[in-house]
Amino acid sequence: MKAITLTQPKQLSRKAILYSLLTFAGLVSLFPFYWMFVMATQPNHVINQTPPALLPGSELVTNFTNVLGTIDFFGAMMNSLIVSVSVTVGSLFLCSLAGFAFAKLQFKGRDALFVLILITMMIPPQLGLIPSYYIISQLGWLSDLRAIIVPGLINAFGIFWMRQYIKEAIPDELIEAARLDGCSNFRIYWNVVTPAILPAFATLGIIVFMNVWNDFLWPLVVLQDQSTHTLQVALRALSDSYNRDYGMILSGTFWATVPLIIVFLLFNKAFISSLTQGAVKS
Amino acid sequence: MVSNSEKYTEKKTKRSMSQEKRNSIAGYLFVSPFFILFAIFGLFPMLFSFYLAFFKWNGLGEMTFNGINNFTIIFNDPIFWKSIYNTVVIGLLGTVPQLIVAFLLAYALNAQALRFKNTFRVAIFMPYVTSIVAVAILFSIIFNNQSFGLVNSILGVFGVDPIVFTQSEWGAKIAIATMIFWRWVGYNTIIYLAGMQSISSDLYEAAKIDGATLSQQLRYITLPMLKPFILFTVFMGTIGSLQIFTEPLIFFGGNLREEGITVVAYLYRDAFENNFFGTASATAIVLFGIIMIFSVLNLIITNRLGRGKARKA
Repeated sequence: MKAITLTQPKQLSRKAILYSLLTFAGLVSLFPFYWMFVMATQPNHVINQTPPALLPGSELVTNFTNVLGTIDFFGAMMNSLIVSVSVTVGSLFLCSLAGFAFAKLQFKGRDALFVLILITMMIPPQLGLIPSYYIISQLGWLSDLRAIIVPGLINAFGIFWMRQYIKEAIPDELIEAARLDGCSNFRIYWNVVTPAILPAFATLGIIVFMNVWNDFLWPLVVLQDQSTHTLQVALRALSDSYNRDYGMILSGTFWATVPLIIVFLLFNKAFISSLTQGAVKS
Repeated sequence: MVSNSEKYTEKKTKRSMSQEKRNSIAGYLFVSPFFILFAIFGLFPMLFSFYLAFFKWNGLGEMTFNGINNFTIIFNDPIFWKSIYNTVVIGLLGTVPQLIVAFLLAYALNAQALRFKNTFRVAIFMPYVTSIVAVAILFSIIFNNQSFGLVNSILGVFGVDPIVFTQSEWGAKIAIATMIFWRWVGYNTIIYLAGMQSISSDLYEAAKIDGATLSQQLRYITLPMLKPFILFTVFMGTIGSLQIFTEPLIFFGGNLREEGITVVAYLYRDAFENNFFGTASATAIVLFGIIMIFSVLNLIITNRLGRGKARKA
């Protein structure tokens, strides 16, 4: 009895500290989103006043119309979608195919090649930036979405990830059985391996999509023509626009952020575990 | 026309090809796309960077051999050293407090019988789903130079004069570090949380029976068990910090000022604004060297840790 009366107030205050810490952190995380929305709805003269507005205003539509007058917002979103979907689908295919080979097929030099792939992960992308730009210009791919899609298919981490998953998820007996039925290796990959690794596709898909969607430096360098801008490059153009209309800039930024946030909120468990899983596993 | 008998022999040879041989052909075929693409868009650019670092080139005209002059030029450029200094300072400001806060938040989220756990998790993680460009634009406006800017308004309440952030040595760095902090703190919280959840509760039970206090449990169980996770986040934070680019570019709006220019931003400006491809390549090589040193260091530390663990077991 005595012990309980002693610990209870202490535990209560511990709980209070815990909840206030987490609530504070949650508010700090969320407030910028809210403030971005508020600014996206305000006319410039309200934005320029002290203290700043903290409640939504009336210019939601006007600000976004101004965005559409400054950048090709929906065109850029379309470009981002094309690039992200192509790279995601393409690298899911190539990574799982190579992962299957590394996990289940015997060939000379296999382990050495796999180590080589792991080593390439250590090279910082900025090292080859200038020559890559030169190659793309020689190929005539400047201001062409292929400049993002084709190099984007290189994904050493994806191969590593798929190899580990396939190794654990698919028993060798299953592959042997398919072979006895006369399946070629590609058929085994397509009919036996792919259906069994759907969770790995989902995880890697989220990681790749997010990375491509948010990529900035490389698209900035190679997508010079405005019609080929991805959303991130277009947002930068918006933010550097001549009249620094904060309502307009934050309106564009807000509406560019909303789609991914909605998808995240719908599938938050899958997102959080996917995006941190790579780290935790390795 | 292929005659029937030919078809038959073709089939026969196909069938008679040993399974090992078929597996090995398929193996090479399946992994080849990576190596072909990597050769063109990874390996060749990398080697060419080393070559280019010794030439003078504006991207269009002819390349002229320049010896080690490109390196001499950047090493004599005070802005180059400033960019390294800025990268280190911004990296430390953005990463160290972030990892400490992430640890505390993970510790709080790991508490037993916590309600609204997932709501907190989602809220704290949400900034990470936002693109770096969006974060940089948003915080550039929050930290804008005018007195009506959000941060300046708040400072005004405390009687602090408005700060011209883009022209302030520390103001610019704090603004950029804040962007990094805000976007990544939730991510690292989840990593630490995963680490804490992997620690068996038996350990804590045993410690409680032995009369260990909360801080003793933290010090002798949680921290040591979390070591690989902490190392991972420190390593990723270091590599990420060395590559900071988007935040300063957006923050300064194209006019990369000395107060916040980073190494990658310096490289970008050299190459794509001034067309000095030779010196920019030299900068890329120096950056590569620095990143390699940290990578090898990390490898050594992680290996030693792994070996220590194996010995204990």
